[in-house]
Amino acid sequence: MAVDLERPSNFITTRLRQAVNWGRKYSLWPLPFGVACCAIEFMSTVSSYNDISRFGAELVRFSPRQSDLMIIAGTISYKQAPILKTIYAQMAEPKWVIAMGVCASSGGFYNNYSTLQGADHVIPVDMYVAGCPPTPENLLYALTRIQERVEKEGFVPSAARHPDRVGA
Amino acid sequence: MSQKLVERLRQEFGARILGEASEHGDESVTVARDDLPLVLAHLRDHEGCEQLSDVVGIDHPGRQERFEVVYLLRSLSRRHRIQVRVDVPEDEAVPSACGLYRSANWHEREVYDLFGVPFAGHPDLRRILCHHEFEGHALRKDYPIEQGQECTRPEKLFSDEDIAHAARRANEVSAQPGVVLDEVHPSDLLTVNLGPSHPAMHGALRAECLLDGETIIEARTEIGYIHRCFEKEAEDHTWAQVMPYTDRLNYCSAMLNNSIYAMAVEKLLGVEATPRAQAIRVIVSELSRIIDHLVCICANLVDIGALTNYWYLYNVRESIYQSLEKLCGSRLTTNYARIGGMSHDLYPGFDEEIKAKLQEMEQGISDVMKLVARNRIFLDRTVGVGAISTADALSWGYTGPCLRATGLAWDLRKEAPYSGYDQYEFDVPTGENGDTHDRIMVRMAEMIQSRRIILQALENLPSGPVDVDDARVILPPKAKVYGSIEGVMNQFKLIYEGIQVPAGRGYGFGEGANGELGFFCVSDGTGHPYRMKVRPPCFPIFSSYAELIEGGMVPDAIAILGSLNIIAGELDR
Ligand code: SF4
Repeated sequence: MAVDLERPSNFITTRLRQAVNWGRKYSLWPLPFGVACCAIEFMSTVSSYNDISRFGAELVRFSPRQSDLMIIAGTISYKQAPILKTIYAQMAEPKWVIAMGVCASSGGFYNNYSTLQGADHVIPVDMYVAGCPPTPENLLYALTRIQERVEKEGFVPSAARHPDRVGA
Repeated sequence: MSQKLVERLRQEFGARILGEASEHGDESVTVARDDLPLVLAHLRDHEGCEQLSDVVGIDHPGRQERFEVVYLLRSLSRRHRIQVRVDVPEDEAVPSACGLYRSANWHEREVYDLFGVPFAGHPDLRRILCHHEFEGHALRKDYPIEQGQECTRPEKLFSDEDIAHAARRANEVSAQPGVVLDEVHPSDLLTVNLGPSHPAMHGALRAECLLDGETIIEARTEIGYIHRCFEKEAEDHTWAQVMPYTDRLNYCSAMLNNSIYAMAVEKLLGVEATPRAQAIRVIVSELSRIIDHLVCICANLVDIGALTNYWYLYNVRESIYQSLEKLCGSRLTTNYARIGGMSHDLYPGFDEEIKAKLQEMEQGISDVMKLVARNRIFLDRTVGVGAISTADALSWGYTGPCLRATGLAWDLRKEAPYSGYDQYEFDVPTGENGDTHDRIMVRMAEMIQSRRIILQALENLPSGPVDVDDARVILPPKAKVYGSIEGVMNQFKLIYEGIQVPAGRGYGFGEGANGELGFFCVSDGTGHPYRMKVRPPCFPIFSSYAELIEGGMVPDAIAILGSLNIIAGELDR
């Protein structure tokens, strides 16, 4: 984006891609796929003390059709996996996914018959957040990293970004 | 008292009592499978055992009667408890207790799911924690813990036939004299799936509802979406390693789980925590109860549309979290208690800080009470909604605030005091109608009582060590580990082989935030639990949910669910 100083009055020139991404970046609408303990820390992240609205992402939507950032907060079991996949498919492009906590990232310390060893077995994940549960600061950091990524992206839909990882 | 109960049973049933045992204060009798309904009915009708607390399956591979099923009964009116055991060979059925106790339904389904023991006469014998495409039985000793099985699609809870049946039933109602309603066709009924991915269903509970207009005429619930195999993991770890897993049962109040688990294992070991450790456990447990209730109430109010309260209450929680983080390094998953003590002592200045935070809590509660206590909308949404009578609640296995809301002052901290709860003065708040409103108000009042307990405990905090002086359970101090061969060996054995809990079994329980939280532990003398069964308070409570919401509207279902405070982590384990 640039302000043209040569010309007398108030307009800004930019590229369309940048303008759109700038808008997207500061208005991510998160969908908390909150299933376990991590969801409680997600609640902390949106509440006043950590205040996720400082980053423009406070409009928490529980409808996948209205949101573009899925935050998987909790353990994904084999029973839950088909539902996660459906909800992800219901989100409109472009969309991003944060795997919050070790359970969503890799199964965490649940290496057993019921727990999926990472949400990326069923849907593509953009950002993995360490911690059991991650602190709100950690989650906010992941959010800002997603924002950086959004800023640099073109109009390519996210499924096309990781063709190899969809439904793996 | 319990001792006499066993004697009375022997008199009543004579040789039909095949065996009796008394271990760590838990009395039990063994009966033949066919006699089980008779004995349970006798206990319920003549010995005042109103409640079936839990049903535990145990696998003994190699034994001719491979499985053992233990029914844990409790009498609240006469204050005794007893366990009834039956042995059963593979593929043979145990007569179901569903006709006697409503809570038996889900407990028996769980045993069927995880052990493959069928129950004769059970109305709905399906899997409950594992998914419907799962093959085998996960808690059998020969099922490998890491063998996952994929699930391709969610289960449909209502078949077309069920829907047709529901329509017929709806028409029977309208056929009664004086009721004039249009005829209901199966196609008029709408199936609405509440959850599992639904904000009010906490991401992990599912209720499928059949709606006629806006009224729920039938509902079915499904759980198991975050079944994380706590019990199998426990068998795979040493006793001490189980502690962090307990954090994640009821993750809203991890300290309570820690303390009660430690108590249960100490019971088997025959050690008692030091007075200081007991007092610290009381303090952190009550803090946990407060933050658990705070989250429950604020989420409940958000679900019925009262958002402002969320900020008032969550800020208090956040502030208590910061102290907990200071205390044990983690906000949520605290892992603070140890078998035989605590991981470390309180930090300097803890009491001043907590006192200030309790002040904040009172402020938060009074702010919220100003907003809701006489708020027309709040009252309309909660009073009389999801009401349950004391007798029903007992049969469903209710404990904790949900039971107290029906008017029965039953609190294990008073009835079976542990960790020195008998030294503290506090009241047991109760409700009257057992409805959503009373459940919220009981929790509000309990937080004030918890504050009273914490203040007394801080005032009279005993000095002395936090750990018992027992090399069998407590790691030696570092100076000893580095300075002596005994110290090294002690450390090595405790870490590698684990605490050697003597063979035996015991049921340790306490008042969790949602009610009776119990750990049924079986040890075979090796360093690992042979069997560990959690009695999660919200499991029996949620089993009644479908019945509570039938006949009401969808928004009521949401309000009721919030007030029951179902925590998926402990529900599914
Ligand atoms: S990562 Fe830890 S805190 Fe988060 S859901 Fe898993 S067990 Fe719970």
